[in-house]
Amino acid sequence: MKKHLLSIADLSASDAIEILNTASELSKISDGPMKKLPTLRGRTVVNLFFEDSTRTRISFESAAKRLSADVINFSAKGSSVSKGESLKDTAQTLQAMGADAVVIRHGASGAAQRLADSGWISASVINAGDGTHEHPTQALLDAYTIRSKFPQFQSDFKGLKVAIVGDILHSRVARSNVLLLTKLGAHVTLVAPPTLIPVGVEDWDVDVSYDLDSVIGEVDVLMALRVQAERMADSFFPSVREYSRGYGLDAVRLNALKDSAIVMHPGPMIRGLEISAESADSHKSVVLAQVANGVLVRMAVLYQLLGGAALTGEVSA
Amino acid sequence: MATVLDAGEIGRALKRIAHEIIEHNHGLENVVLLGIPTRGAFLGERIAQFLGEIQSPVPVGTLDITLHRDDLRMRPPRPLLPTLIPAGGIEGKDVILVDDVLFSGRTIRAALDALGEIGRPKTVQLAVLVDRGHRELPIRADYVGKNIPTAASETVRVQLSEIDGQDGVEIVAGA
Repeated sequence: MKKHLLSIADLSASDAIEILNTASELSKISDGPMKKLPTLRGRTVVNLFFEDSTRTRISFESAAKRLSADVINFSAKGSSVSKGESLKDTAQTLQAMGADAVVIRHGASGAAQRLADSGWISASVINAGDGTHEHPTQALLDAYTIRSKFPQFQSDFKGLKVAIVGDILHSRVARSNVLLLTKLGAHVTLVAPPTLIPVGVEDWDVDVSYDLDSVIGEVDVLMALRVQAERMADSFFPSVREYSRGYGLDAVRLNALKDSAIVMHPGPMIRGLEISAESADSHKSVVLAQVANGVLVRMAVLYQLLGGAALTGEVSA
Repeated sequence: MATVLDAGEIGRALKRIAHEIIEHNHGLENVVLLGIPTRGAFLGERIAQFLGEIQSPVPVGTLDITLHRDDLRMRPPRPLLPTLIPAGGIEGKDVILVDDVLFSGRTIRAALDALGEIGRPKTVQLAVLVDRGHRELPIRADYVGKNIPTAASETVRVQLSEIDGQDGVEIVAGA
């Protein structure tokens, strides 16, 4: 594995499967009374969060702590960033404190890459979401969750049908998932109103549909995305109700799904908009499994980046 | 390169270890075998096979110690290997760790740590195919297939048919 985890695009299918396999082994260990492993004792992981997050930050913190790493949480609110400190100065401060890994979430696409390539720090950089670009650990935990629900898809996803529904345009989760799922061989259909489909989607290895009801009966996995109001300067659909009627996962659509199908959502869910309460709480929903699996997958990533000898001077491709 | 154990000798050594386990523990009622992957896991299976033939079947599992190693930072990250604790668990049991070669003792220290996280066995015993000396920790084996005096620079290579296609133990001169 490389020194950093910045993008799914940097991973090969076998790299990804190896992370999932490591997470599977960790899950067997974590099943019992064991909660803490000594593996990363003495290493420092910094959570550098310039954007709000509940799940991802807690998940990384919990993963690092279960491997006995020291964790420093840094959020832009209440830090010197709000006084105008630059990313460079912040990074150099972390370097001086001896961080071994920096988990960064930032509103600007490419922020993690910038931090990794800058030469400001020697730590491993893990992208925990950069703007509308990528969120690689989310895609990995989604793949892990799919794998745990479908025993027939263990070493690849050939034959698996996935629909990703909603705000594709602003979604880094969708981008990372498309890359990873297609890399593993799944067939992906993006479903959204035309205004929420990114320009250039024809270059992606996916189908596009504007009609959820024509797709829903065939898929094994339905992944609903949050409507990202904070990234929408203009209006992309006429009204919330109209969006919900066309693309929300309500009780009728829930019943249209195959019996074996699962419903995923990266969270936070806005109940009543992209997903109804009965869909979110149904037995087809694996939303909470996604959260639990997130810790395992992030443990696997931290182990693979920090568990061995330090890779000095190597810059990711 | 010198062969020190051939296939027949490995089989006889493991069978003798099986007899010694029964003798030492006055039966097998409380015994659990845990092999340390990769080759210790296969040796554990083979000893369990002999125990089944001689007296009665015993629970057998595997214990990966990678996450408890003290030399993780000296090498690139290693893939994790399967840990499989038998259904009855290890609480209050006589756990017998099985490994191929006993050398510095650090693997076994890590295994004891890993075991401590899972439960509290009544006793922990150690069975190895080869004891080559050069201990760096106060650890010894209860059951030894063969003691082989070696130089620290030499390598003991254990081959098992399950993954190497043939059985054999040989000493390879160091660089």
